[in-house]
Amino acid sequence: MILSTSLNSTSYSFIDKLKAVDYFLIIIVAIIGSISVFSIYSTESGNFSFYTKNHLTRFLVFFFMFLVLSFVRVSFWYRQAYIFYIIGILLLLLVIFFGISASGSKRWINFFIMNLQPSELMKIAIIVCFARYYHRIQSSDIQSYKYLLQPIILLLIPCYLVITQPDLGTAILIAGSGLAIIWLAGLNLKYFIYSGLILLVSLPFVISILKPYQKSRILTFFNPDRDPLGAGYQIIQSKIAIGSGGLLGKGFLQGTQSYLEFLPEKHTDFIFTLFSEEFGFVGSMVLILLYVLLIYRIIKIGFSSRSFFAKLYCYGFASALFLYIFVNIAMVVGLLPIVGAPLPIMSYGGSSMLSIMLGLGIVMSCKIYSRDPIGN
Amino acid sequence: MIKKTDNLNKNKIISRRLFVLVAAKIGLLGIVTSRLYNLQISEKQKYEVLSDKNRIREWKTPPQRGIITDYFNNVIADNQRVYQVHLSLEEVSNFNNSIFKLKNIISLKDDEIKKIYEKKEKSKPWDTLIISENLSWNEFSKLNLYLHELDGAKPVLSTSRYYPYSNDLVHVVGYVGDATTQDIQNKKKIEENFVPGLKVGKIGIENSKDSDLIGNHGTKRYEVNASGKKISEISYNKETQGENLRTTIDLEIQQLAQKLLKNQAGSICVMDIYTGEVITMASSPTYDPNKFTHGISTKDWNEIKNNKLRPLLNKSLAGLYSPGSTIKPLVALAALEYGIIDTKFKVNCKGHDHPYELYGERYHCWKKNGHGWMSMRNAIKQSCDIYFYEVARLLGVDKLSLIAKRYGLGSKVLEDFFSEEKKGIVPSTKWKKQVLEQSWYLGETVITGIGQGYIQTTPLQLCLMTAQLANGGYKIKPNLIYDKEINLDTIKSKIEIEKNKSVSQNILKDHEFKYYERLYRNPNNLKFVLDAMYGSTNEQFGTSFRSRHKEDKYKFAGKTGTSQVKRITDQDRELDLDLEEIEYKSRDHALFIAFAPYDKPRYSLSILIEHGGSGSKAAAPLANKLIKKILDRHELREKIRKDLKNIA
Repeated sequence: MILSTSLNSTSYSFIDKLKAVDYFLIIIVAIIGSISVFSIYSTESGNFSFYTKNHLTRFLVFFFMFLVLSFVRVSFWYRQAYIFYIIGILLLLLVIFFGISASGSKRWINFFIMNLQPSELMKIAIIVCFARYYHRIQSSDIQSYKYLLQPIILLLIPCYLVITQPDLGTAILIAGSGLAIIWLAGLNLKYFIYSGLILLVSLPFVISILKPYQKSRILTFFNPDRDPLGAGYQIIQSKIAIGSGGLLGKGFLQGTQSYLEFLPEKHTDFIFTLFSEEFGFVGSMVLILLYVLLIYRIIKIGFSSRSFFAKLYCYGFASALFLYIFVNIAMVVGLLPIVGAPLPIMSYGGSSMLSIMLGLGIVMSCKIYSRDPIGN
Repeated sequence: MIKKTDNLNKNKIISRRLFVLVAAKIGLLGIVTSRLYNLQISEKQKYEVLSDKNRIREWKTPPQRGIITDYFNNVIADNQRVYQVHLSLEEVSNFNNSIFKLKNIISLKDDEIKKIYEKKEKSKPWDTLIISENLSWNEFSKLNLYLHELDGAKPVLSTSRYYPYSNDLVHVVGYVGDATTQDIQNKKKIEENFVPGLKVGKIGIENSKDSDLIGNHGTKRYEVNASGKKISEISYNKETQGENLRTTIDLEIQQLAQKLLKNQAGSICVMDIYTGEVITMASSPTYDPNKFTHGISTKDWNEIKNNKLRPLLNKSLAGLYSPGSTIKPLVALAALEYGIIDTKFKVNCKGHDHPYELYGERYHCWKKNGHGWMSMRNAIKQSCDIYFYEVARLLGVDKLSLIAKRYGLGSKVLEDFFSEEKKGIVPSTKWKKQVLEQSWYLGETVITGIGQGYIQTTPLQLCLMTAQLANGGYKIKPNLIYDKEINLDTIKSKIEIEKNKSVSQNILKDHEFKYYERLYRNPNNLKFVLDAMYGSTNEQFGTSFRSRHKEDKYKFAGKTGTSQVKRITDQDRELDLDLEEIEYKSRDHALFIAFAPYDKPRYSLSILIEHGGSGSKAAAPLANKLIKKILDRHELREKIRKDLKNIA
């Protein structure tokens, strides 16, 4: 099969490649990136210091990486998909032994230049891995138990490793991304309904093994006033901040709620709160629209790709991206419990930025090499 | 190859499934949007009220620093009650007016007012400004009297750092000052517990142990009204005090050491030769750490900074000096351990007219008329240079360097505890090649044998070296903070086991030693060297004979050292000037190392007087007084040790 790839591989001139780049997508990413830098700047009350500097550097470095990765042949990702997955798992195992602990969980590895969070990398690895997995399987085989069991095991391993860190939020996002591809590949609806029912039945059991703080977050979600000064504080204050922003917001650097120290993660998970307070409903809609455009472009690239790998990857990544955004925003507006999920590009955090830019790089290479058949 | 029809089929499935997924996404997006609409448009009024009219305010209350004591529980870094005035910016109607009124009540200088305005520029409208950190009681009571006229001003009872023995311990304990942006970025504990006006350690133990000392800040949540006035306290998470620290320092000996060093530049270190406890680490001149607590004035700072005797330099561990003759016991030991010579080896010292010659270069002994025929014991006792030129030549610099490093030279004594500690230099042929990119000359070996040339040591290293010689040749773990893991009885039994162990084959090779492991090949070599040091102090013609104790229980053994700071020319030798006639900067450094009591050694010490002249005249006499004090306090220290052990 690899042989046929090399036989069929189309040659592209550099000009062809430049022409094939989706500049619209690059511009959208750049705009969201700029907004994010200004938002982080605002969390530091208008001082160009530590977080802003770091965030700006990371954005520029990873943005550049995204552009470079765009020119990597998509067949490379196809061939290395399982390796990528294995590296992800190895890194997650490494966390167990050499990880850095912070506020009760062990998620990071110190890589000198940055603290890497392998679970963030796993978010992309799982999509690449599944896209390759379903690339070859015939539609009639998908329902067989063999092809049902394998991906479930592939999905459960990283989810288990991430949950035990403990990091429920990221585990849910990984599971969600994987399930999206399984769905796209055409697995029968009944399996989804069955597993949904099983989950519902086992929910009491799942809750009993959750960490106390996770339990309290979920209970708080159902009733924020249960503990208004403890676990419910973040949700209440986040809602006040967003609500008081009104139609047009309080203006750049003018947010009065977000400064309060009760939002300890205002530059990571609660960055949307701050943005929404300062730019109001209109600003929030603009930001959401930018994300929608980003997802639309990715789906479009998938649509015009020839190979199933590229299609599945783009659709899968677009769905995952949507999931990240939805979970984050729904969380800060009080629609979902606080589980700890960053807003792509906007949130402060190197690993999250790295994984999103890596994901986008692969999307762009799908675009540039869209005529690559990859052994179909 | 997969069939074409299947491909089409698969394509169709994926597209259909995607369609469902997109539809679901649109639905979810609808929910989020309507939620935002709900929050920001429909219920805007409600949240605006919540946000503006009835806000919850959070104040962080400063943590209390842990107390630092000496070994005997004397407080050496304390917290003192201070009176302050804070200004809550939200409650101030007219800032200029308030400052003007305050200026009349408490005496504020113009530069202080300038600083307040600068601080105000940087703060947010809801912040609290600290107007004065340290008010006198008079000012404080006056302030309370006029309080009704001053909106937003708050009299506050706070605590600040106070060092009761101001100058005596500054190089050990250090001082605190306002946290800078860098401090906050570098230390997580500071970042987590930062409050405006927080003091953090700048140097010394205050800096090294900051994370333990700082404690946790408290959190007060208030409900406030639109004008920022407190309505009610909702919750108060009380601040906690940082860990209290017990150091290994003996305050009384430290104070005596500082007194002995008064008006001179120098250092005195005292160490327990088994536990490695640093009992004294004095550096002179000193300065007052209390001046830094509320920000030092420019005048005071310049005075400290421009003092020629460099009070800011912690000479005990950051001052580098040639060890001079204090290295000789080590040179002798190295030669014996490698079997280069035996103790009967003799060299004739013939005075300045017939110096030691090597490749046309001439090397002199300090004694003008020469020592005559010297054996090893006599050469150590009378500190004959010619003898050690010859021994060093025979030994070679690399073997000497290996033994010197083994006994504590060339590496940081307290590891990374003090950022300013220096490693010093123990030269070897390899070192010279790597660092200076030159090859080694035999002449350099010769002068290394009397502790001159490239070799550089700190006084604390010399103290550790003496300790590890005096305890019979075992590696110890120096420490400055009381550590219950370091137990005298355990150490002694470990040493006993090591003593009876057969000597390992690579004892003479470069090798990492574990704590309390034996460092020597033949115990008789060590015994010989220690006995020669005894002779140096307690027998006639010994270089520190005049500083000896006659009473048996105070008897100690030592070795003097005089380290040249510049090359002695033939002209200098001719002139043979008295100390007072030489320019201060050109005078020799005086050194002395010793251990006591001689029959059952327990403590080691090193003394250094910068530009003090000869070791036997300037440094050794101080040891006499110091050792008496150390041994007089021995019983008491052991009692405390026992008490602490029982607690543990």
